[in-house]
Amino acid sequence: MSLVPSVLAGDRLALARLLSLIENGTPEGLQNLSKLYHQTGKAHRVGITGAPGTGKSTLVNRLVQLLRAQADPPEIAIVAVDPSSPFTGGAILGDRIRMRDLAGDPGIFIRSMANRGALGGLARTTSSLVAAMDAAGFEMVFIETVGSGQAEVDVASAAHTVVVLDAPGMGDAIQALKAGLLEIADIVVVNKGDLPGAQTAAQALRSALELGSAVNQKDEVDGWEIPLLVTTASTGEGVTELASAIGDHRQFLQRSGEWTLRERARVEREIGAVLRERLAEKFISAQPDGLYEEAIRRVVAREISPGAVVEELIDRASEER
Amino acid sequence: MIPPIIRVLIAKPGLDGHDRGAKIIARALREAGMEVIYTGLRQTPEMIAEAALQEDVHIIGLSILSGAHMTLVPRLLELLKQQGQERVRVMLGGIVPDEDRPKLERMGVAGVFGPGTSTAAIIEAFSRAVEPQELRALEG
Repeated sequence: MSLVPSVLAGDRLALARLLSLIENGTPEGLQNLSKLYHQTGKAHRVGITGAPGTGKSTLVNRLVQLLRAQADPPEIAIVAVDPSSPFTGGAILGDRIRMRDLAGDPGIFIRSMANRGALGGLARTTSSLVAAMDAAGFEMVFIETVGSGQAEVDVASAAHTVVVLDAPGMGDAIQALKAGLLEIADIVVVNKGDLPGAQTAAQALRSALELGSAVNQKDEVDGWEIPLLVTTASTGEGVTELASAIGDHRQFLQRSGEWTLRERARVEREIGAVLRERLAEKFISAQPDGLYEEAIRRVVAREISPGAVVEELIDRASEER
Repeated sequence: MIPPIIRVLIAKPGLDGHDRGAKIIARALREAGMEVIYTGLRQTPEMIAEAALQEDVHIIGLSILSGAHMTLVPRLLELLKQQGQERVRVMLGGIVPDEDRPKLERMGVAGVFGPGTSTAAIIEAFSRAVEPQELRALEG
């Protein structure tokens, strides 16, 4: 049964169903997404990332509320990712708790996702879910990552615009930001602006940004100066400015041609990821009986290193061909 | 391909503010390998039905301690039906008088759990409520 016509007609139940099929990696999900794919490319993908407890969900709640209150508002989808338990595979997905103001608006669709063991701050299928939402006609899609530290930067390739969040009182988190997340930021936000230390945090980030642009002169080349904003998501302070910065960035991307470049980079990464995964699956299942297990055993027994054993397996497979 | 995972919405409709029970159940179901969407306090039946739809859950677990289950539950079931979500099972936990149980079950509630029910029994009921072929259908 094809879900494509219903999804395109705005049937939310069909969309929800399709998202599950894609998330579970089913052939049906892939076929449907493939048929919808020519309808994608219109949505502005906005990533929201930052350490746990910086207020990502609360900020998304306030931001989306504000965008929906505008004249001629965009239809908005949200994908919120939370971690799966590494032990049981289960997850508690609690981002909706902070987004209760968005309930009842038919122009909003919220989907929670468990990362199912992926390490980059998103789930493996997050970008595909966003594509389905894009095809379904949502003009903006917010991607809220797992609370992240330094290395969870997958959102940089999944989104057009990346908003990096920090909050005062995170101590060394600011130091961490300088090395990690800050590099992928298009917009930097210090949230919880009503707490003491907010201005200090903003100042530290501002100098880190200035240093960054002095070193690689990225800003002048790009023509985009990374704005630093202070917000208080709980009261809405500063959120209007954030909404305009996101809009400005979209315009900048389109004006400069950067939009197309980012789309291309994203597609390349997505194809690469699927290719690696599928090739590895195929390769392992094509091994003669016991050979792969024997390889694992030899590495466990320290007879050979993982890298060397993989070379061996590949050599043997290409000789046989 | 990912092994199929049961998705559950845990919601607290109505006005009582005690969510300890709901949180314990959410945690227990997570330990059992399920993905649990927790929506917080004071949800209306409309909010719950809409969240269940967007999240494409198999089961809704309601925690009601206020005694308002005979109005909240029928309303939710009606909304689910209107929206084409009949396949979603509804479980109820909380303080439910014995005489209400058969009525709730006739309405279509898949399970009623009173105080003192073990989390193991709840996990068992939730796991069994989703047909294996339904999970296989998710696998494709």
